[in-house]
Formats: sequence, C-alpha cells, structure tokens
Amino acid sequence: MLSVFEKKNGILRFEKKLSISPLSYLIVLIISIILALAVGAIFIRINSFDPLEVYQFMFESSFGSAYGISETIVKSIPLMLSGLGVALAFRMLLWNIGAEGQIYMGACAATAIALYFPRLPSGIMIPAMLLAGFVGGAIWSLIPGIMRARAGVNEIITTLMLNYIAILWVNYLVFGPWSDPASFNQPITPKFPVSAMLPTLPGSRIHMGIFLGLVFAIVLYLVLTRTRWGYEIRVTGESESAAKYAGINIVRNIMLVMLVSGGLAGLAGMAEVAGVLGRLQQSISPGYGYTAILVAILGKLNPLAVVIVSFLFSSLLVGGYAAQTIGVPAAIVSMLQGAILFFVLAGEFIARFRLRYERRGN
Amino acid sequence: MDLYSILTAVLSATIIAGTPILYASLGELLTEKAGVLNLGVEGMMMIGAVAGFLVSFKTHDPWLGIIAAMLAGGCLSLVHALMSISLRVNQVVSGLALTILGTGLSAFMGKPMIGMQAPVTFNKISIPVLSKIPFIGSALFQNDILVYLSIILVLTFWFLIYKTKHGLRLRAVGENPAAADAVGVNVFAFRYLYVVIGGMLAGLGGAYLSLVYTSTWLENMTAGRGWIAVALVIFATWNPLRALLGAYIFGGVEASVFRLQALNIVRIPSFFLKMLPYILTVIVLYWATRETVRKRIGAPSALGLPYEREER
Repeated sequence: MLSVFEKKNGILRFEKKLSISPLSYLIVLIISIILALAVGAIFIRINSFDPLEVYQFMFESSFGSAYGISETIVKSIPLMLSGLGVALAFRMLLWNIGAEGQIYMGACAATAIALYFPRLPSGIMIPAMLLAGFVGGAIWSLIPGIMRARAGVNEIITTLMLNYIAILWVNYLVFGPWSDPASFNQPITPKFPVSAMLPTLPGSRIHMGIFLGLVFAIVLYLVLTRTRWGYEIRVTGESESAAKYAGINIVRNIMLVMLVSGGLAGLAGMAEVAGVLGRLQQSISPGYGYTAILVAILGKLNPLAVVIVSFLFSSLLVGGYAAQTIGVPAAIVSMLQGAILFFVLAGEFIARFRLRYERRGN
Repeated sequence: MDLYSILTAVLSATIIAGTPILYASLGELLTEKAGVLNLGVEGMMMIGAVAGFLVSFKTHDPWLGIIAAMLAGGCLSLVHALMSISLRVNQVVSGLALTILGTGLSAFMGKPMIGMQAPVTFNKISIPVLSKIPFIGSALFQNDILVYLSIILVLTFWFLIYKTKHGLRLRAVGENPAAADAVGVNVFAFRYLYVVIGGMLAGLGGAYLSLVYTSTWLENMTAGRGWIAVALVIFATWNPLRALLGAYIFGGVEASVFRLQALNIVRIPSFFLKMLPYILTVIVLYWATRETVRKRIGAPSALGLPYEREER
C-alpha cells in the first residue's frame, strides 16, 4: 500500500492522511480549474478557435461588468438551491441525481398556482407557490425514495429516469393544455400575474431566491452539524451498519432526506419561473440539476461551500452563454465541468499523500 | 399498411433499436462482473456516437468509424479505471463525472455536424434459407453485420464467463478480490481490462446509434439509453443471455412507440408515448430488484468497492 524507497540512512515513504485541510483542498480546486482549462484549450483549438481569446471573453462576460456579475448571481440561485438538496442526499450516500426533473416538477406545481388562482394577492400567492414548488419537487424525489427505502431499488437509475419523464410532462403541458393562446403555438404558458413574481433587487434581475438559497444553506449547515437528525444522516452516510446498530431508523430517514432534497430542487424550479422567466416554458433549465451534482461534490457536501461553488459554476455558465455568441458551442461548459471534477478527484488523492523521510535507528 | 406488414416492420425495428442498448449493456455487465461500477455508460455512448459519425463522415469508411468509436469509448473508460481502480475514488462520483464529461465533449465536437446524414452505412446481410422463414425471417436473419456481431459477442462472453477458467477468475475478482489475489489472479489487470472492454462496447453501441439506427448525429442523442443499459444489467442478473432479452424488450417498446406515433391511430399525445421507455425502466428495475432479493442472486459482492492490497 505504501510506496517505500530504501535509502542509505533511512526510508523515504509516502504517508497517507485520511483527509485534507480546507486550504489544501482550495489549492487542489484552483489547480484543477487551471488544468481543466488547459485540456479544454486543446479541444477549442481543434475546433479552430483561439483558446485564450475564448477564455478571456468568457471571464469578462461573467465578471467584467455589473450586468455580468448580476447574471452570475441570478444563475447561481437554482444551482445553489438544488445543489444544497443534492449535497444533503449525498451526505447519506443517497445518490439523488434527479435534481433536473425535480426542478421541472417544482416549476410545474408553482405554475399551476399562478395559472389557476391568478387573483390571489401577492402575500398569499408567493408562499403558496413556494409551498407548491417544494411539494412538486419533493413528490418527484419521494417516489425513488420510497422505492429505495422499502425495496432497495437503485435510486441512481430511478431518479435519472424520472428526469426524462418530468421534462416530457412539462413539454406536454406547455405544448398542450397550458399553452398560451396568444403565443401562436409557441411552447410557453401565459405570463404570470405580477402578484406571482418574486421581488427583485432594484435595477437588476437578482430576485428574492438568493435569500432563500443563503438561508437554506445556513439552516442546512446547522441541521447537519447541530441537530440529532443531522447526526443521524452523517452516521448513516459513513456506515449504514453502524447506524443500524445505533438504532437509527434508516428507512424513515431515507424517505425524509429524499423528500427534502427534492423539495429544495423544486424550490429552485419555482424560483426560476417566478423570479426569472415569469412563465413556464419548454426548457426552463440548461441542466442546472446536473450541474448541481458537481456543485455538491466540489463543495464537499458542505452547505456553506456549496454556496461558493455555485457562484463559481454559475460564472462558468454565464461565460458559456457568451461564448455561444462568438460561435463556440455552449457545450464547452459541461466539458470543462467534467474535466474540473476529474482533476479535483485525482488531486484530492494526491494531496492526501505526504513524503516523509525516516532516519534509520529510530 | 396491413397488420402483417406492420408487425414484421416493428419486429425488424425492434432488433435495430435494441442493438445499441445491447452493446452498452453487455459492456457494463462485463465491467460489473470484475467488480467495478461504471455509471459513465451514457457519456461513453455519446462519445462513441460522435466519434463514429465524425470519422466515417471524413473517411467514408463505416468500419473506421466503428474503430474510432471503440477507441473513444475505451479511452474515456480508461479515465474511470484510473480513478476507481488505482486512485480508489468513489465509483459513483467518477462515473457521473464521466457522463458529464462525455456529454459535454460530444456536444462540443459534434456541433458542426448536427443534422447531417451519415454518408455510408452497413449493408444488410441475408442469411440463406433462414431469412426466407415467413414473418420472423426478414426481421431476424436479414440484418447488418453489427447485429450479428452483437449476438456473437453475447454468446462468446456467456461462454467465457461461465465455462472457462478465465471466466471463473473474472467472477472471483468481482466477488472476492482478496481471495482471487491470494491464488495469484492479478485483480488490477482484470479490472482495468474489463473496464476498458466495457467502454469500447459502450462506444460501439453509441456508434451503432449514430451510424446505423438514425444515420445522423444529434446532441444528447442517446437520450438515456446508457442509463437504461445500466438498469438492464440488474434486470439481467449479470447474465449476458438475459441482457440480450432485456435489450430487445426495450428495442420493442421503442419501435412500437415510434410506429404508434407515425400511424397516429391512438389519440395519446406523443409526449406520453415517449415516456414509456423510462417508465418501463423504473418498473422493470423495481421488479428485478425484488426478484434478485427473493432468489438471493445479487450483484458481484465486491461491486463498487475499490480493492486495496493488504500489507504483508
């Protein structure tokens, strides 16, 4: 297991640490991003673009102007909310990779409130839509949750399959029964009444969802570190047999964690339709739910770190949109995301080793 | 069109639609037999689809396309092998990363070719006598060479796994790597080999999709087939012959959905028809999981667990 090099007066050996400090993780993350950009550059070159020019343009688009920064914040909201949900589930080794579908179902449920009860005053409308969004997402994650808890059905596959079903369901609604008669068969619903829109910061598109994300991050952090339930989740994630031995109700916790996890993604969907789009439409997410998986993993499943990483990945998304305008495929974003993750995974492994020199005779 | 010709057309389409899933499923099955879980099948199929299309588009040689697709899938799986076998990274995380990377990379590289037609394809080969059997003859015995190859591979790997010494070792590596190691089996070599074979087969499945099935390249064209392939491995209880059955069941559903949409006889919105394969996957998975629990046939015991040699 340990690589050992015999020397004249001692032994040079690799020591493996169990975990790495937050500082060395940060260094790993930064190096990984640089390496991923370098690998991305090769493929950008193959597609006959100038990598430096593309990267510079992407960076300027997301950080170079007040508008860019506000767009980065706007796009971090769904990443943050669904990323928190994913992080919670992953903590218990529940691989909920269905955040994308849960976003769609949350958006769909919130839209139903706005469309069927358009006359509700804002003070009732917004809480009702928030609740509906949460419930919509929660139902969508509870189905695989129950199947996993009761019958041991692999939640990775079921949550992912439900993504496709949710997207097709929303498509059916916006092409069919919910389609706006005034839109000439465009796949969009009528515009929401003003009372159904989340308030925005004056002069920007940043909406109330950001506070929702920040508050939930803090709450989740406290729940995980300070409460009995959080303790149960962490123990179950580290060792299911230990959790059983300690008398933790795993079946109930699986369903509960899945419910909250999907609910948070549902809130992300609600925030998108009520905060940004003002209606339900065919594609409400450019894969936020998949990016949320990366956000959760790179945030080391720590709610507070998830907030920071969601800003980082949102800037990448904004940059990717901008890159499209100069002809670079937007897929550059998911390509870079995947590469960053691999480098971090490898980097963490390497960072855990330390070279130590031991003198003979000790 | 009369019912008879509709049914023969659906049967024939079933085989074509089932073949990409069959290749991917067989690949994942072999990887899992060696004790490694690779959830990057979707990404590897996607990268195979784009590499196969790109190369045969440039060279006008479908075989070069197939080789490129297998190499591309193999390379991607090698990353997973390195991560999960040598660096002992969580296999779920590494597999998800692979799918994200493969999806992005394929969309990025394939952008200029969206909507183009594959210039060349594989000819159908009729098997004498058998292809003349009424009803099933043309569907089963008048296919392209890759369909026959997939069936040959299934039989070959079935034989390899259950009837040879090599297969016994492979199963040991997946069930009890420490014991396999103790009797001199090179666990790491076996795992690397079968992860890469799995990646190559997923790449081949992807190429079949872009070169033969649809003859075109579209972003995200695998549409979850990689994940369905992973589910089928559970349905198949890690037996290649049952993977064959499962792949054709899904092929059948896909072919029927396509026909129903085209015929427009049932008044179900096409969105609901398109949901069927995904709903079916959930149901099949539920049923298969219950069966495996009931009959006590499960996944290879060491599936998903990295192997670490004890210090001696």
